[in-house]
Amino acid sequence: MAAPAPTARSWAWLGMLPFTLFALMFLLVPTMFIVVGAFRAEGGGFTLDHVMNLFTPSILAAFSISIRISLASAFLGCVIGFAVACSITVGGLPGWIRGPLLTFSGVASNFAGVPLAFAFLATLGRLGLVTVFLREWFGINIYALGFNLLSFWGLTLTYLFFQIPLMILIVTPALDGLRREWREAAEVLGASRAQYWWMVAFPILWPTLLGTLALLFANAFGAVATAYALTGSSLSIVPIVLFAQIRGDVLQDPHIGYALAFGMIVVTGIGNAFYIWMRSRAERWIK
Amino acid sequence: MKPSRIWAWLALAVGALYFALPLIGTIEFSLRMRRGVYSFDAYRAVLSDPQFRATFSFSVFMALMTIVLGVLVIAPTAYWVRLKLPRWRPIVEFITLLPLVVPPIVLVFGYIRLYNTSSWLPLTGTAGGTNLLLLAGYTVLALPYMYRAVDTGLRTIDVATLTEAAQSLGAGWITIMARIILPNIMVAILSGAFLTFAIVIGEFVLAALLNRPAFGPYLQVLGANRAYEPAALAVITFAITWACMGLIQLVTRLQKHTQVPR
Repeated sequence: MAAPAPTARSWAWLGMLPFTLFALMFLLVPTMFIVVGAFRAEGGGFTLDHVMNLFTPSILAAFSISIRISLASAFLGCVIGFAVACSITVGGLPGWIRGPLLTFSGVASNFAGVPLAFAFLATLGRLGLVTVFLREWFGINIYALGFNLLSFWGLTLTYLFFQIPLMILIVTPALDGLRREWREAAEVLGASRAQYWWMVAFPILWPTLLGTLALLFANAFGAVATAYALTGSSLSIVPIVLFAQIRGDVLQDPHIGYALAFGMIVVTGIGNAFYIWMRSRAERWIK
Repeated sequence: MKPSRIWAWLALAVGALYFALPLIGTIEFSLRMRRGVYSFDAYRAVLSDPQFRATFSFSVFMALMTIVLGVLVIAPTAYWVRLKLPRWRPIVEFITLLPLVVPPIVLVFGYIRLYNTSSWLPLTGTAGGTNLLLLAGYTVLALPYMYRAVDTGLRTIDVATLTEAAQSLGAGWITIMARIILPNIMVAILSGAFLTFAIVIGEFVLAALLNRPAFGPYLQVLGANRAYEPAALAVITFAITWACMGLIQLVTRLQKHTQVPR
């Protein structure tokens, strides 16, 4: 590190040079390049045309199904993850379950991408374990009943495999932060369990829950690999449309790629901003 | 108290079933290659595939390089911010969180447009340049986790006192970094490193769009063309992820034993 003597304090910023340079070259400038590209006309100058081009039926449909899948997997991930986290913290389960469960959550929340798609194909695909088991033992053909892994619910179900563990990892510390004194105080004042949860615990947990919902949403929205390996390009969610665009599978207006990418940043940006805002509110209670 | 415990067990059972079934399904499927009996044929086929070895070692190499570059970029910065420039902290923290906001596919799109063959820095023109770009991209993906891990490690040691002590003994900045700071936050760095490894090893989007022969794209191509080998590879990848998380737990536990009680 090219660093100055401690007396020359005004040169201290030099120590930030490598990081700043790295961040500029490989994070900030490439992202800005895309954002600017979304608003730059063919010959230079400002235009809203590319962004307006997003408002065509096929691209709106892609955004719509992406947002719906992300919302569904985030919401279900929140609810189920919260239930599991409750059961290991305040639910009175034996203590030995907690450690392994949190370790497993760490593993599963990082087990995404292509292998996750394989795992679900081997389980719920047409020849998957559960599909065959249900057909041969109970005579239930889930594919005849309209289930398809390469669909809205199939993708949501697959995303839950990393969404639920992420929720467990984030919400368990928040549940640990609920102090016994609060519950005891509520009980002394004559509150029932439901009243305690509804009037004490939930208002405290609320920012954490909403914030995590936003984070899970952004997490699912940006995921490409799982969906691509699972569905090829048969399900037109936004990241896959953009992937095909970059690969050059679809020969269209090249600027639509910039606009699509800009749209993705906007959606995940809103999700993450909401998460950070809620997190700062939630931290007031976790000390 | 009783009914709540039943609900707790029920929640846990449903959760366990959901997470166990895909794993069991994958393992079972990976053993089905030989008709009628369970066998390890799929694993044998995968492990003897020269492309598997080539792509896997490429990704392992990239993961190790990412860890090295990540430590080189992030550890001195986090140290410097703590020691000299606390006012930069919000900015640095914001930048390290950005990779969670900018989806990887957007990032790599930016790379392709910015560093293409007709640009001022034509990195995508050569294999080496593209590898460099992939390496930088992976380091960006690892930034949030690596920075947080290193910063947590720095919080547990007294940076200012250690630096002054080293300086009064005549140590230069590189000596301070390499022989005082890094060894003291080794556990934090290892946690970040294992997480980085788990992220990079199966990464798909960056490698696919930059056209590098990495493990992720290989998995995807195999998945589109074969039946049983992908399941075997999923089992192997899951085992690697598990090993990484297990190692994080292990080093963290070792840290608790070696730390001097205060």
